[in-house]
Amino acid sequence: MGRYVARRLLQMIPVFIGTTLLIFLMVNVLPGDPVAALWGDKPPDPAQVAQIKHDRGLDLPLWQQYLHYMWGLLQGDFGNTIAGNRPILDEITAALPVSARLAAMAWTFELVVGIALGVIAGIRRGRIIDNSVTLFTLLVISVPIFVFGLLFQLLFGNQLGWVTPTVQNSEDMAQLLMPALVLGLVGLAYVARLTRTSIAENIKADYMRTAVAKGLPRRRIVSRHLLRNSLIPVVTYLGTDIGTLMGGAVVTEGIFNVTGVGNLLFQALARREGAVIVGIVTVMVLVYLLASLLVDLLYAVLDPRIRYA
Amino acid sequence: MRGAKSAKWVAIAAVVALGATACGGGSGGDSGDKDRAIDKNGIVSYANGEPQNALQPANTMEAYGSVVIDSLWTGLVHYDEDGNITYENAESVEPDKDNKVWTVKLKKGWKFHNGEEVTSKSYVDAWNWAANPANGQQNSSWYRDIEGYDEVHPEKGKAKSEKMSGLKVVDDHTFTITLKSGIPYYAYKLVYTPFYPLPSGFFEDPKAYGEKPVGNGAYKFKSWDHKKSIKVVRNDDYAGEDKAKNGGIDFKAYTKDTAAYADLKSDNVDSMPIVPNSEVANFKQDFGDRAIEMDYSAINTINPAFYTKQWKDIDVKVLQGLSMAIDRDTIAKTVFNGTRDSATGWVAKGVKGYQQDACGKFCKYDPKAAAKLIKEGGGVPGNKISIQYNADQPHKDWVVAVCNSITKATKVKCVEDAVTDFAADTEIRDKKQVKSIYRSGWVLDYPFNGNFLADLYGTGVDGNKGGFSDPEFDKLAKAADGAKTVDESAKLYGEAEKQLVNTFPGIPLWYNKTLSAHSNNVKSLKFDQAGDPIFTDVEVFKK
Repeated sequence: MGRYVARRLLQMIPVFIGTTLLIFLMVNVLPGDPVAALWGDKPPDPAQVAQIKHDRGLDLPLWQQYLHYMWGLLQGDFGNTIAGNRPILDEITAALPVSARLAAMAWTFELVVGIALGVIAGIRRGRIIDNSVTLFTLLVISVPIFVFGLLFQLLFGNQLGWVTPTVQNSEDMAQLLMPALVLGLVGLAYVARLTRTSIAENIKADYMRTAVAKGLPRRRIVSRHLLRNSLIPVVTYLGTDIGTLMGGAVVTEGIFNVTGVGNLLFQALARREGAVIVGIVTVMVLVYLLASLLVDLLYAVLDPRIRYA
Repeated sequence: MRGAKSAKWVAIAAVVALGATACGGGSGGDSGDKDRAIDKNGIVSYANGEPQNALQPANTMEAYGSVVIDSLWTGLVHYDEDGNITYENAESVEPDKDNKVWTVKLKKGWKFHNGEEVTSKSYVDAWNWAANPANGQQNSSWYRDIEGYDEVHPEKGKAKSEKMSGLKVVDDHTFTITLKSGIPYYAYKLVYTPFYPLPSGFFEDPKAYGEKPVGNGAYKFKSWDHKKSIKVVRNDDYAGEDKAKNGGIDFKAYTKDTAAYADLKSDNVDSMPIVPNSEVANFKQDFGDRAIEMDYSAINTINPAFYTKQWKDIDVKVLQGLSMAIDRDTIAKTVFNGTRDSATGWVAKGVKGYQQDACGKFCKYDPKAAAKLIKEGGGVPGNKISIQYNADQPHKDWVVAVCNSITKATKVKCVEDAVTDFAADTEIRDKKQVKSIYRSGWVLDYPFNGNFLADLYGTGVDGNKGGFSDPEFDKLAKAADGAKTVDESAKLYGEAEKQLVNTFPGIPLWYNKTLSAHSNNVKSLKFDQAGDPIFTDVEVFKK
C-alpha cells in the first residue's frame, strides 16, 4: 500500500512537467502580445514595452523562460503578472479558497442528493419515482448549465428577491449557495444515474438474495451490502469531478460574479498572462492527480477484493 | 442574435469597450420617487472591475482604474459638453503667441487629501517622475510634446536626465510648459490623468501610494479590497466647485457585465458603464425612465489597408462607392436596435470642431451611384473584399450586415475575416498583415477634432494602422497645428476633415452612445462625452 502510494506520487512528476511544458508552449503560440495589449487600442510606448518585457523576463528565449519559470516554481515563486506586476501566487491563493468552497458545496450537494435519488430510483425500478428521477436527470443533463444559472438568477434573484442576483462577497458561504446548487446540478444528475444503474444491477445479485434470506434488516442490506458494492463507478465519477468543479466553473462563476479560479483563468487567457495560466493549471493538475489517487485508494476500501501491492 | 450570445460568453468587460451601443429616449416606467428625501451622505455604488495596475495616475489607462483615479483627482482643466476647456485646479492656462510656452497659474488653497498644499512642484515633479522609463508608467508618452522629454525618456535605454527641460517652476502657484513646437490645443491634453499632481510623499514610496492613493479631488480614498471593491468618500475640504452631492462611491468589482446588469436590475448596484450587448434590446423596458442614453465621442469605421496590393493605388471613387453602398440607417435599426447614429464624417459628436456632413453624399446610402462610382474607378481589384474584426466583441452582426449591403448594391464580394480576440486583432494590424479591410474604432483622447484626424490619418503616426498617407492632408493638418488659437485650429482641422472625402482613409459608419441605467436608490446619473460617469452630481435617496 505504502509503496503503491509512493509510486503513484512519483508518477506525478513527469505528468507535472509534461503538462506545464505543454501549456507553457501553447500559451506562447497564441497570437497577441500581452505587453502591447496593456495599451489597448492605443499605440504602445516601445521603451516601456521593452522595460516591462525585461522585468518579467519575456525577452529571453522560450526555453530559458520555461526553465526560469520552473526554477521559480520549485521555490514556490509563481512569478508576477504582466499587468500590474502583482505576485501570481497571491492571485491564486486569493481565488483558490473561493473555488474550493464553491466546489465543496457543489460536490456535497451532488454526493448527498445524487446518491439518495439514485438509490431510491434503483430500488423502486420501473415505478413512478424511478421514472421521475430519470426524467429529471435527463432534463438537467440536456440543458446547458448557463441556462440554469441565468434562470435561477432571474427567478430567485431578480423576481423573488430571496437572494442577491450575484454573489456580493465571494467568501460568504451563504451567498455561494445558489451558484453551488447550479454548479452541482449536472454532476448530481450523473451521480443519480450511475447510482441507479449500479443499484438496479446489484439488487439482483446472489449476495443480495443471501442477505435477504439471512433475515438481515432491510436498512442494513441496502446500506452495507447493496450501496457499498454499487459505489465504485460513482466514486470514480465523484473523484474526477472535484477537479472539474474547481477549475471548470468558468461559466457559473461568471454568471454569479464569483472571483474563483475559473474566472481568474479566463481573464488570464484573455490577457495572455502565460505565467498565470500555467500557474493555475499546475495547481489544477495537482488537484486532479491527488483526487484520482484518492479514488483508487477508495476502491480498496469499498471492495476488499481489490488490493494494492 | 448570434453576436449577443457570443458576447455573453466570450467578452470580459473589455478594457476599452468599443462595442458601445445606444438606445432611444425613455419609455414610461417607475417614476413617483422624485419626492423621496435625499441622503447627503448616501453612497453610490458603481459596477466596475479590478484595475489592471496600482492606482497611480500616470500608470492608469484602462477604464476600471481611470474611473477611480478621476474621482480622486482633479486636474488643471476639464471640458464641458461642447468640448470647451473649463478651469479646475488651474486659475488659467495661457499660451504665448506661438502656442509654444504655456503658463499655468494654479488656484490657491487647494490641498491634497493628506493636507499638503497643491503647488507647481506637485505637478512638475509628478510629470518628471512619470516620464522616466525606470518608473514604468504606462502613460509616459503623453509628455512627449514637452521639451526635454527625449532626454528623460529615450527610445531605448535609461534616462539621460531626471527632469524635462521644458518644465519650469516660477513660483508656488505658477509654472511654465515649453513644448517642442507650438500646439494651439495643448490645454486639452492636460485633461488626461498623467497630468494630475502628486503629493511629495508619493515619490518616496510610489507602491504604497498606488495602493492607497492620495489625490486632490472631490473624493478621498478609503479602502481597496482587491477584486471586491474600492471605496472612496466625499472630501469635505475640497476646494473645487464640483463638490460631491453624495457621501462617496463604492466601486464594485465585476468580471462580467451581465452579472452587473442582473444586480442593477435588483438595485444591488446603482449604475454600470455600459449595458451588456445582449440587453441592448431590453434595457429600456427593464429600466423605463431610469435608462440612460448619452452621446459618446467615439466613432466606428472600416479602414482599407493601404499597404496591400488591393488598395495601394486605388482610385478613390472605388472607396467612395463602397461607402455609398452601406445602408447605415437600416443596419443601425436592425442590428443595433436603433441605438447608434449613422456617421456623417470622421469626427465624433461632442468634440470641438465637430461638423455635420463632412462626408457629404458619400456617406449616404445610394446603391445606384455606388455601383456607378466603383465602375468608374476601375472596380475593386479581385472584386472581393474582406473585413477583419475581433470576435470577442459583438462585431460579427454588423460586419455581416455591411458586407451584405455592399454585395447587394455593387456585386462586390464581401466576406468577414474574424480574428479570435482583440489582442490578436491588434497584432495583425500592427504588423501590417491585414488582408483587405479592417474594422476600427476610436474613442476621444481629448474633445478636439484634431484628435480624430491627425492622430489617425497623419502620415506615419501611431494611430494610423492602415498605412495611409496623403501629403495634402498632412499639409492641412500642419497648418491647423500652426494656428494661433484653438478655435482657428479647430476650423482648419475642419478643412482637413473635408479633404478626407478625396482620399477616404476610412469609411465612417456610426457614432456610439453610452447606454446605461441607474437604480432606484439614486435620483439621476449622467455620463460625459468620454463615457465617464459624473459622480459628484449624483443624489442618493434616503433608505
